Amino acid sequence: MTNLEKYKYDVVVIGAGGAGLRAAVEARESGLSVAIICKSLFGKAHTVMAEGGAAASMGNVNSGDNWMVHFRDTMRGGKFLNHYRMAELHAKESPDRIWELEVWGALFDRTKEGKISQRNFGGHEYPRLAHVGDRTGLELIRTMQQRIVALQQQDARDHGNAESHMKVFSELTVTEVIKENGKVAGVYGYWRESGSEVLFEAKSVIIATGGVGKTFKITSNSWEGTGDGHALALKAGANLVDMEFLQFHPTGMVWPPSVRGILVTESVRGEGGILTNNVGERFMFKYIPEVFKNIYADNEAEADRWYLDQDNNRRPPELLPRDEVARAINSEVKAGRGSEHGGVFLDVSKRLSAEVIKKRLPSMWHQFYELAGVDITKEAMEVGPTCHYVMGGVEVEPDTAAAIGVPGLFAAGEVAGGMHGSNRLGGNSLSDLLVFGRRAGMGASEYAKKNSENPVSDAALKAAAARIEAPFSRTGGENAYSLHAELQEITHNLVGIIRTGSELQEAIEKIAAIRARSANIAVAGDRKFNPGFHLAFDLDNMLLVAESTAKSAILREESRGGHTRDDFPGMNNKWRQVNHISSFDGDKVSVRAQALLPIPKELFDLFDIHELEKYMTPEEITKGGSN
Amino acid sequence: MARKLKLRIWRGDSTNGALQDVVVDANEGEVVLDVIHRVQATQMGDLAVRWNCKAGKCGSCSMEINGKPRLACMTQVSAYGDDETITVTPLRAFPVIKDLVTDVSFNYRKAMEIPSYSHPANLKPGEARMEQIDVERSQEFRKCIECFLCQDTCHVIRDHEENKKSFAGPRFFIRIAELDMHPLDTLKNRKKTAQEEHGLGMCNITKCCTEVCPEHIRITDNAIIPMKERVVDEKYDPVRWLGSKIRKREGIV
Ligand SMILES: Cc1cc2nc3c(=O)[nH]c(=O)nc-3n(C[C@H](O)[C@H](O)[C@H](O)COP(=O)(O)OP(=O)(O)OC[C@H]3O[C@@H](n4cnc5c(N)ncnc54)[C@H](O)[C@@H]3O)c2cc1C
Ligand code: SF4
Ligand code: SF4
Ligand code: FES
Repeated sequence: MTNLEKYKYDVVVIGAGGAGLRAAVEARESGLSVAIICKSLFGKAHTVMAEGGAAASMGNVNSGDNWMVHFRDTMRGGKFLNHYRMAELHAKESPDRIWELEVWGALFDRTKEGKISQRNFGGHEYPRLAHVGDRTGLELIRTMQQRIVALQQQDARDHGNAESHMKVFSELTVTEVIKENGKVAGVYGYWRESGSEVLFEAKSVIIATGGVGKTFKITSNSWEGTGDGHALALKAGANLVDMEFLQFHPTGMVWPPSVRGILVTESVRGEGGILTNNVGERFMFKYIPEVFKNIYADNEAEADRWYLDQDNNRRPPELLPRDEVARAINSEVKAGRGSEHGGVFLDVSKRLSAEVIKKRLPSMWHQFYELAGVDITKEAMEVGPTCHYVMGGVEVEPDTAAAIGVPGLFAAGEVAGGMHGSNRLGGNSLSDLLVFGRRAGMGASEYAKKNSENPVSDAALKAAAARIEAPFSRTGGENAYSLHAELQEITHNLVGIIRTGSELQEAIEKIAAIRARSANIAVAGDRKFNPGFHLAFDLDNMLLVAESTAKSAILREESRGGHTRDDFPGMNNKWRQVNHISSFDGDKVSVRAQALLPIPKELFDLFDIHELEKYMTPEEITKGGSN
Repeated sequence: MARKLKLRIWRGDSTNGALQDVVVDANEGEVVLDVIHRVQATQMGDLAVRWNCKAGKCGSCSMEINGKPRLACMTQVSAYGDDETITVTPLRAFPVIKDLVTDVSFNYRKAMEIPSYSHPANLKPGEARMEQIDVERSQEFRKCIECFLCQDTCHVIRDHEENKKSFAGPRFFIRIAELDMHPLDTLKNRKKTAQEEHGLGMCNITKCCTEVCPEHIRITDNAIIPMKERVVDEKYDPVRWLGSKIRKREGIV
């Protein structure tokens, strides 16, 4: 251990996506030293893929918008399972977080008056998403990356060294959050390039590692989405909340295999794309839920007329909310009416001319033409649901982003839970990253200033090192690639978009079996940039995530947002009062129910009582808020 | 449907390496990154390749395919003939770490050398007003995904290690242009320092960088040439220089 590479920082941030970068900026600006660690190169985190925009009630396009409207939309979207305080902070602070990006050089699209333009999105009452064409995530990342460079240039002027107080450690994977005396003491990991190990001693640690999409077979997520932070937090003694809730986007590409899961934007349906099955039936008419019957057309003639006259006709059922469409597609495929490659057909060519398609959907035309060899002006696209976002995550104190149960540990971004309840609205993630990234940076800095150093012991170091060495010392064991494929098959088939108790039970057993086998993974080659070795660690995280998801899902006997039980269709107001808390004892994940905090009166009163009656029990309504 | 694809992959590290031939299944519609991943999963568990989004959005999977700088996730296998061997090699302008992965830290050092955006001191958050038409010029450059393919192809540094010290490269010429054309940036003399400190003068407008850019950013036409022209203008025409700075300020209301 004498030549181990060691660093000491006030704050360590794991993750360089939107949340991690915003947290790092905040911690550095408060005067502390900061390390930013990420698995990819700096500036390439998954956040760059976000397209649509960041939701903030600036009211630039419709002045009727304000934080209260945004708060209501977010709670409705999450079917009232959200942590009210997170939704409140998010709605109140998002505009400032967007404006501040402009001070750092971001260039959003503009309105005629020269303000930041805002676009409509599902579930948002007013045009609310600040955007830059279809590359808003890239703009967010680049702006904060450049802000970090600016702070480093300032350090170079003040201290003679750009990296004296803030340094990015890219292509480094964290394998463990180390605690001493019950408090965070640092993190341990390995350079992906060389395989050699690194210790960071730190007073506080912020987890901002993003999502879990790679646990599933079909996903819109990048390879980084292996649930590392979820697992790191669990192993450090923190809780995960509501891991049963996953958002499946209804339209991902399904063919060719190389592009399976890549997002097909909602605007294709908005522009008139229709969904059909393999017998040519426009099936969405069969799937209009009772509560939507008055606003969605039940026949093709009316649905078609809607595109020309929206005042006198009901909307086509292709435009139902994301979860409804995703479930419908899933049912068609399960009933054997799917396309050759397990999707359904989305066709815009019959309604619009080639010219208009290329003008209104340029990137989609390009995406299908380049990657699938499909000319969407002439033929249908094959589409199917794709795993898009995890609502569940680390249980945190809303104001400080402190992970509950582990002093010195903080979490923000997709890895944190609570904010979005059972279903996230489009655009609410990017603003979530900024609001809670900043709060995590503040929380971690405050903690670091109040607490003295907490050195890492030799025993802890040895244990962390032994875990990294283990797969190399085995020969002829399991292959990480095949185990990963098996896990994805199980989650896809048994913990996917539609669930049943018996299948979830089967999944729990099968995931445990894979986990047992994974203890025997052997890695070929040496440590130098060895993807087989990297996957061995990622897989361990995905297994814990899958276990937590399956075990939470089997307990929730209702259907709500991103959790659909075939054996318990429909929402049950009793379940609205319950969060599922996952914890880990070193061997297995256990899940328990925990009561949601009641919504305080001033927030309760923002809603129409009749709306609340759809979600709350009569007792809750009579109480009318907590105070 | 699946066919046997002949793939020739450069394997090695900074000390030595060689091309290795493999035969791998390729399915309809696959991109080069897919077959590389298949080789990794079935034949060479420790083959190093960098990637992230697999959707052409992060700029991680840059390599040279049959000698051309390309994104492996956006290059269809079917673009090559049935009997053609596809040769994949690491970016030539940067030092190899292992196999297809190179050390691109040069680019991050260059990013550090360019003075950052400077916001008007009196303009508070939320007060900025800019016309769409004025932000569009810089927005074109902000589409950059930092794949560094333009840097790789630029002959000034491709085979000339000695030029790296004084040449920022096309990626950073568009960064300077972006800031220079930013309606609110207050820092002066960006074009001049591009010329004097970042090596703009060494570029002889071959346009190779524009040709490889996967984001179709018109690096030469919209960034390099206008900056070069205006550097010349400004040297001889102080009034015009003043004019351009005044126009730039118009964005602030
Ligand atoms: C195609 C697509 C489009 C989307 N569009 C939108 C949109 O329009 N609006 C919106 O609001 N949301 C959108 N989302 C969702 C949103 O992009 C994500 O939820 C968000 O970017 C997550 O950001 P993050 O900062 O939490 O983490 P990420 O951006 O995922 O970053 C995670 C970081 O953690 C690092 N990391 C992970 N594990 C480790 C480890 N073990 N050690 C070290 N580092 C580690 C990674 O390297 C990375 O730097 C979209 C998502 C997708 C897939
Ligand atoms: S145009 Fe200039 S920067 Fe671009 S490749 Fe040629 S010499 Fe390099
Ligand atoms: S300018 Fe184009 S080629 Fe150069 S790094 Fe950016 S995206 Fe890549
Ligand atoms: S993997 Fe992101 S651009 Fe190819």
